[in-house]
Amino acid sequence: MITAGIDMGAKTTKAVILRDGNVIARALTFTGFDQKEAAEKALADALAQAALNRSDVARTFATGVGRQQASFANGSMTEMAADTKGSLLLNNKLRTVIDVGAEEGRAMKCTAEGKVTDFAVNEKCAAGAGSFVEAMSRALELPLEKMGEMSLRSKNAVAMNAQCTVFAESEVVSLVHAKTPKEDIVRALHDAIANRIVSMARRVGVEESVGLVGGVGYNIGFVDALRRCLEVESVWVPEQPEYVGAIGAAVAAAEAA
Amino acid sequence: MAQEFWRWKEYNWRDPEESWNKAKMLTAGVDVGSVSTQAAVMADGQLCAFASMRTGSDSPDSARKAMDWALRETGLTLDRIRYVIGTGYGRVNVPFAHRTITEIACHARGANFMYGPNVRTVLDMGGQDCKAIRCDEKGKVSAFLMNDKCAAGTGRGMEVFADLLSVPLEQIGDLSYEVDQEPQPVSSTCVVFAKTEAVGLLRKGWPKNNVLAAYCSAMAHRVYTLLERLGVEGDFGITGGIAKNSGVVKRLEKELNLKALTPRYDPQIAGAVGAALFAHTLAQKEATA
Repeated sequence: MITAGIDMGAKTTKAVILRDGNVIARALTFTGFDQKEAAEKALADALAQAALNRSDVARTFATGVGRQQASFANGSMTEMAADTKGSLLLNNKLRTVIDVGAEEGRAMKCTAEGKVTDFAVNEKCAAGAGSFVEAMSRALELPLEKMGEMSLRSKNAVAMNAQCTVFAESEVVSLVHAKTPKEDIVRALHDAIANRIVSMARRVGVEESVGLVGGVGYNIGFVDALRRCLEVESVWVPEQPEYVGAIGAAVAAAEAA
Repeated sequence: MAQEFWRWKEYNWRDPEESWNKAKMLTAGVDVGSVSTQAAVMADGQLCAFASMRTGSDSPDSARKAMDWALRETGLTLDRIRYVIGTGYGRVNVPFAHRTITEIACHARGANFMYGPNVRTVLDMGGQDCKAIRCDEKGKVSAFLMNDKCAAGTGRGMEVFADLLSVPLEQIGDLSYEVDQEPQPVSSTCVVFAKTEAVGLLRKGWPKNNVLAAYCSAMAHRVYTLLERLGVEGDFGITGGIAKNSGVVKRLEKELNLKALTPRYDPQIAGAVGAALFAHTLAQKEATA
């Protein structure tokens, strides 16, 4: 059976095609202004990749903050349920799933069957989301993809006082002026956001194994900070972690049969 | 270089009567905030000169510059000032201060001077924080609440919007009333998310002024919740830079159903004025001891 999942995030919209439990195509587009158009485009791109037509897809489920806009979908689900379903398809040992997206951070606790038993969300404050890292990359004039590797080279822990993204921007500029090595600043930033995420995750209770999904999963410096802050052996990150929500939606579409 | 819309006017002022010449005692207060620094000079407890400028990356240097600027053209030198008090976020960085006092105490005392002894609730809307203060007829603090963790409801948030919409900070208030109909407030609390929301509104075709109005009313509501938690008692006065932004002030007045008092001087210098008044009291005490 072929199903599709669409995750309509604040910044990007993702689509995946699932055939009998295997992801056979994935596509991503910027959400932009017209969410429905973005969803159509992501789905069309993924279908083109798999050399399939719309009619080959048995069912399509949507998730993400803009899921109501995907009116062509056959069903929708919360991001929490989709993240957990997607993660467990890829790694069934997970009991805690953390999703750090562009404008939201989430922590979910789940059973072996992929049922969400508790969750916590931050969607009010950029300090616990990908926007924070993006803003800091701008303030440091450092490409986003370099930040992870750079922070791993840090030898010194420097303290960040600001929690707010806007205030942290000025603090980073002051640290640069004070000639603080950039790798130490980047590590401090990763520690700061990891602290925010972990204090949220502790509210639901952290049980191993722990997985991290969402675009910020690409940042190896943040993954390391998260692991240290959670005091766990390792944090599992899938390949292309931003697609996990869409995968979960496609799984749910398959299960709905 | 591109125009920096967030950049507000730095300036100094001195009493045209030159009251410092006849004064028995001169005292000063320096308020080193996270965004702006003010120095105020008092001649026998009356304001005779002040300066207001942006805080640089070097706080001691900013304190000195503001003080020098306040004294310029008065013919006075720093050694003529009997007592100096440092206040504000960077108050430990006023090298020539005799002692420091918290900005909460100084703003209440400064508001008492600016608004008169009837002021009971003071809202200080600063560059990087916001404080709601209750005080007595002498300007003594009885309770306060503060937000210094989040840029929402602070001057910095307004600066971000000035830059985003390319509108000089001083014009935001007036422009925010040039709308056909009062729009819904911006729904995001976080300044970073509010910015994204505003870009979305502009793309939808909202005129700039409507976005300004939506942000001003969101900010007014944000500080309203702080005041509500503290409990508001009249009379009510606002200090700090945002006190000069009618876009926030008038919307807040409407939500509170209470008029804010009109200040005697620039409300942004209230902290420095309060510090200078404390300096006056302390110097008098020392003289009689």
